Amino acid sequence: MKVRVIVTLKNGVLDPQGRAIHHALEGLGFEGVNDVRAGRVIELDVADSTSDAALDEMCAKLLANMVIENYRIEKAA
Amino acid sequence: MAFTSAVITFPGSNCDRDMAVAIEQVCGGTVHRVWHGDADLPEGLDFIALPGGFSYGDYLRSGAMAARSPVMQAVVRAAERGVTVLGVCNGFQVLTEAGLLPGALMRNAGIRFVCRDVKLTVENNQSLFTAGYDAGQQITIPVAHHDGNYFADDATLDRLEGEGRVAFRYGESVNGSARNIAGVLGDRGNVLGMMPHPERMIEAAHGGSDGRALFESVVRGLVAA
Repeated sequence: MKVRVIVTLKNGVLDPQGRAIHHALEGLGFEGVNDVRAGRVIELDVADSTSDAALDEMCAKLLANMVIENYRIEKAA
Repeated sequence: MAFTSAVITFPGSNCDRDMAVAIEQVCGGTVHRVWHGDADLPEGLDFIALPGGFSYGDYLRSGAMAARSPVMQAVVRAAERGVTVLGVCNGFQVLTEAGLLPGALMRNAGIRFVCRDVKLTVENNQSLFTAGYDAGQQITIPVAHHDGNYFADDATLDRLEGEGRVAFRYGESVNGSARNIAGVLGDRGNVLGMMPHPERMIEAAHGGSDGRALFESVVRGLVAA
């Protein structure tokens, strides 16, 4: 089973990388970019029997830092 | 009693030798060098130091992989037993990732790697690590980091301040850290994480010796105890 974990910074947490990307886009002449937040995508290939609880645990224990980040799990159809 | 300490080396640590030399010179006793894959620590440790560097290439997040390494399970157990633990720079990142200290260290607000001497204020001189300083003393210690921007929610920050757990504060904004926090104590006072490098300021040849009192405080506090 292919699983995609999308890790994003929590709202309210300053994102220096997102801000730098934002500035760079503006520098390239792109207009109308209101905000940029950078995150991380982690693709897993796991046994079909892997439970949702186990996936949650992987995210909370390692893939995301729950102090500053949220995660979302997407399973490939 | 002989002072017994350990410096942990992760793949990518680069301040481990400096840390071991600082402990040897200031604290004396026996300094064990411990590898990240070791599941057990030497017997009878008084003090464990997690050094600076770029453990595991900062993969995933700074300190994230190191915090899950075999030796860190043993370090967490030792800290819970009351063994004194110091984490400097990447060591601080490892301590937050391991859950021994609250908060997280994010990318510097200015994006740039910051490598220079900074002024610090000793906010709490009642701790095991800072008893050798005066309250409010201004000291100069170098920093060298990319991810030193301390973050915690306001409730956590208020609690840290209220409990005297902010050990050091930057004299100016260095990396965007919440409330200019440079070093944080654990809830039982036996764990300290700090971004500045006291082991790089222990003798005149380093350009100053303001870091020396930290190691002197630890050895005095532990040998007297």
